Amino acid sequence: MHMADPHDASTHALLQPGQAAPDFTLPATPDQKLSLSDLRGAPVILAFYPADWSPVCGDQMGLYNEMLPEFHRSGAQLVGISTDGVWCHAAFAETRKLHFPLLADFEPKGEVARRYDAYRAQDGVAERALFVIDAEGVIRWSYLSPLGLNPGADGILDALDALVPTPKTPTSNTPTSNTYGAQA
Amino acid sequence: MTRRLPPVSATDKVAGPADAPVTLIEYGDYECPYCGEAYPVLKAVQEAMGARLRFVFRNFPLTEMHAHALRAAQFAEAAAASGVFWAAHDMLYEHQDALDVASLTSYGAQLGIERRVLQAAFQGQYDAIIQQDFVGGARAGVNGTPCLFINGVRYDGPRDRQSLIEVLDRAAAAAAIDVPA
Repeated sequence: MHMADPHDASTHALLQPGQAAPDFTLPATPDQKLSLSDLRGAPVILAFYPADWSPVCGDQMGLYNEMLPEFHRSGAQLVGISTDGVWCHAAFAETRKLHFPLLADFEPKGEVARRYDAYRAQDGVAERALFVIDAEGVIRWSYLSPLGLNPGADGILDALDALVPTPKTPTSNTPTSNTYGAQA
Repeated sequence: MTRRLPPVSATDKVAGPADAPVTLIEYGDYECPYCGEAYPVLKAVQEAMGARLRFVFRNFPLTEMHAHALRAAQFAEAAAASGVFWAAHDMLYEHQDALDVASLTSYGAQLGIERRVLQAAFQGQYDAIIQQDFVGGARAGVNGTPCLFINGVRYDGPRDRQSLIEVLDRAAAAAAIDVPA
């Protein structure tokens, strides 16, 4: 349920498309770490969210969990990030049967969220913010959702579609035609 | 956000006239408690709107969250193939606490769904339809269940009977103005 929240009208801007996605290394489980650079070579969806157990987050991560086959069709890997600790993430992922990593941006608290301009200092949690990063590590789409609203998956799917080259038709401007070469 | 809501098609489960001024599409999960809450409300809304409303139900089973959601959707598709979709739909929402295979098989017998039709459904015969509903919904902005679209636009407002009837009335009035003379 969306609550009226004076902080919801976030004015700060997330890192924007075209910018290099800052690399990071965070715990994925009590004894494993994951770096963004480990995922280079395929698109990555970074889903920052405020907290493991709040109802909207559960719905959002639950929805993305169901969307994994669709995300994987684009070759994309999904990673959730919040300021919760690894044991909290482990319990949450087990309860909700999540099949993607949840990273703990726990110490120093919210440091990675800050690097993506996706930290809510007034609440001490990550924003509900989405990033689609291409195989070369460049941000191609970002979206800041109102904190209390599940942003769904449509924006992510659109962004992933935009990464995939559309099949060439006989009339398309293929590089071989050379017509557009000078502008490339 | 609603630019790509799939249009109503032959695989859709539709109640109400094709030329009704308002089309209400629900994306739902048969095991979802919020869908269960919405079920009697939507029934009452359908009754109040009468022929002015076309109601469409599409599958959005959250199969990791709800262990029986996929089976129930398969059951509903078997019912649709047997011409008894809405009776099955009602039965599922009226028995959300008993959606295991044995219960579904018993409902199937009560509704006259042939065993082989139900077995084929459980083996995945209609999974492509269920998947098509799910992906189409996700691409159109479904962000949880139940998710309602009124004349193609996602409705995020209150889901009590009175509020829904008011918003559907307004949509019907707006549609009447839009119709070319």
